[in-house]
Amino acid sequence: MATTNSKTPKSGIARRQFIFDVAKMACGVGMLGLGLGLYAKQAKALPALALRPPGALPESEFLGACIRCGLCVRDCPYDTLELAKLETPVATGTPYFTARNIPCEMCEDIPCVKACPTTALDHQLTDINNAKMGIAVLIDHETCLNFLGLRCDVCYRVCPVIDKAITLDIVPNQRTGRHAMFLPTVHSEHCTGCGKCEKSCVLEEAAIRILPPKLAKGELGHHYRLGWEEQKKAGHSLIDESKMIDLPDRLPEGARLPGHYDPASGHTETMRGLVGGDGGIIPGAPPGMGAKP
Amino acid sequence: MNGKRIGAEAIESKGWLRAHKWLILRRLSQLGILTLFLLGPLAGIWIVKGNLNYSYTLDFLPLTDPYVALQAAMTGHAPEKLGLIGIAIVLVFYLLVGGRVYCSWVCPVNLVTDAAGWLRDRLGIKGSVHFSRNTRYWILGMTLVGSTATGVVLWELINPVSMLHRGLIFGLGAAWTVVVAVFCFDLLVMSRGWCGRLCPVGAFYSLLGRWSPLRVSAPKRAACNDCMDCFEVCPEPQVIRPALKGEAKGIGPVILAANCTNCGRCIDVCSKEVFTFGLRFNNPTSTAKAE
Repeated sequence: MATTNSKTPKSGIARRQFIFDVAKMACGVGMLGLGLGLYAKQAKALPALALRPPGALPESEFLGACIRCGLCVRDCPYDTLELAKLETPVATGTPYFTARNIPCEMCEDIPCVKACPTTALDHQLTDINNAKMGIAVLIDHETCLNFLGLRCDVCYRVCPVIDKAITLDIVPNQRTGRHAMFLPTVHSEHCTGCGKCEKSCVLEEAAIRILPPKLAKGELGHHYRLGWEEQKKAGHSLIDESKMIDLPDRLPEGARLPGHYDPASGHTETMRGLVGGDGGIIPGAPPGMGAKP
Repeated sequence: MNGKRIGAEAIESKGWLRAHKWLILRRLSQLGILTLFLLGPLAGIWIVKGNLNYSYTLDFLPLTDPYVALQAAMTGHAPEKLGLIGIAIVLVFYLLVGGRVYCSWVCPVNLVTDAAGWLRDRLGIKGSVHFSRNTRYWILGMTLVGSTATGVVLWELINPVSMLHRGLIFGLGAAWTVVVAVFCFDLLVMSRGWCGRLCPVGAFYSLLGRWSPLRVSAPKRAACNDCMDCFEVCPEPQVIRPALKGEAKGIGPVILAANCTNCGRCIDVCSKEVFTFGLRFNNPTSTAKAE
């Protein structure tokens, strides 16, 4: 070993060798680290149809908290969860499920969360109805049987949070002109993303699918205010409606729009009767008959 | 082919069984642990749930891999209570028996690399690329820094140890390719390459067992006849020399190097019965008059 204060050629060579060795290591291992880092970045891109167990942290944090032990998989009574294999496009060894194969049965005691030895599955989650594994989206309006005017309703019927997470909203069937369509409508605040709707969709490829909230949800501009809600909060309109300039409604000559309120004159057209009644001149676009609870 | 197999003298003088005693015990330990893990998924007998990263035995005993937990901690995530208890138990255990006991008595990849080492010897494959034995510590450091930088438990993305163990229990998938790669690497590219130079899991455990009381010692080193079998059979041969040949320099007979895996193969293959398991404190500077 070179002595510290000598400047002999031998210690110089030793020092050079030492620096060279360190540089070699730093470079080689650095390259490995770079590769791993890039792989880690890829690993964070969870495929849209791979769902994490209930209570899972957001994906970016989940991969740091999960220690890949598989206890959640073991304690899932329905074999819903599996650990990602090397070839699965999910970070190796982490738990996930595919709703179309086996959906989450939303156990009341949430055994998967209880089994987790880390914070990867949030132990604060004690009511499974608060889980957010994803959000159901009726993604294909062209093939959904209810959108075709039929009464399939299967996704609505199997929903564990029926009439809250999925409702059937009734709108007129423009094709026939005389029937109603019962459109399955997801309400994100109640949907847990369990996937039973996707699993039971009768189509070859499900028309309703669970997507990560990030993909499924839009987001209003933070400065947006909904006038009708502000009005409700204030108890009156925030503006003087009598002074409001109302642009003319572009309707065909002589047409009346049932229920239309004209702020300038203060006149309200009379409401039409039920859908299919005789009040409408433009039967294709009556106000919807929503059936929200 | 070598003229003489490693340990041939020992088999002659001690008999086959005694010349393979620690090897057999070690294989029983490795396979026994694997069997315990496999009983659940294969036979429905749930004694142990989980895998080497974290396991829960009989709904009573949690065991957590401290290296994986450390990487998770580097990303800013602490385990829950059972996870923490599991870390404490594992830390205490390996602090006492030697960290790299994990490598030689528990780790399933050891079976793979030992097989590669054995075959390499049988086939007489010589020549090997060279990496420093310190490479593993650099990789260890990289995985810790990298976990912080990426927010991902970094080594778990490619760790062959957990891939093989988890694969056997939860379904192997394409992980066999990684296992074959490690086997071929040790067989053809670098002698004792994976466990001895690259694996950061072993590096972590070696640091953990740095001061462990349980050690292999060479109290009868005066009887050594320089047959070199212990050096040949040892996966970390550099650890033997100071203890075995340290008499003149006043170095005691206990193998103190952190990378000794306490596998006991040197004890097995020595026909002169130089080695034995002992405690690090029982380390006189001279053993010359120990007959």
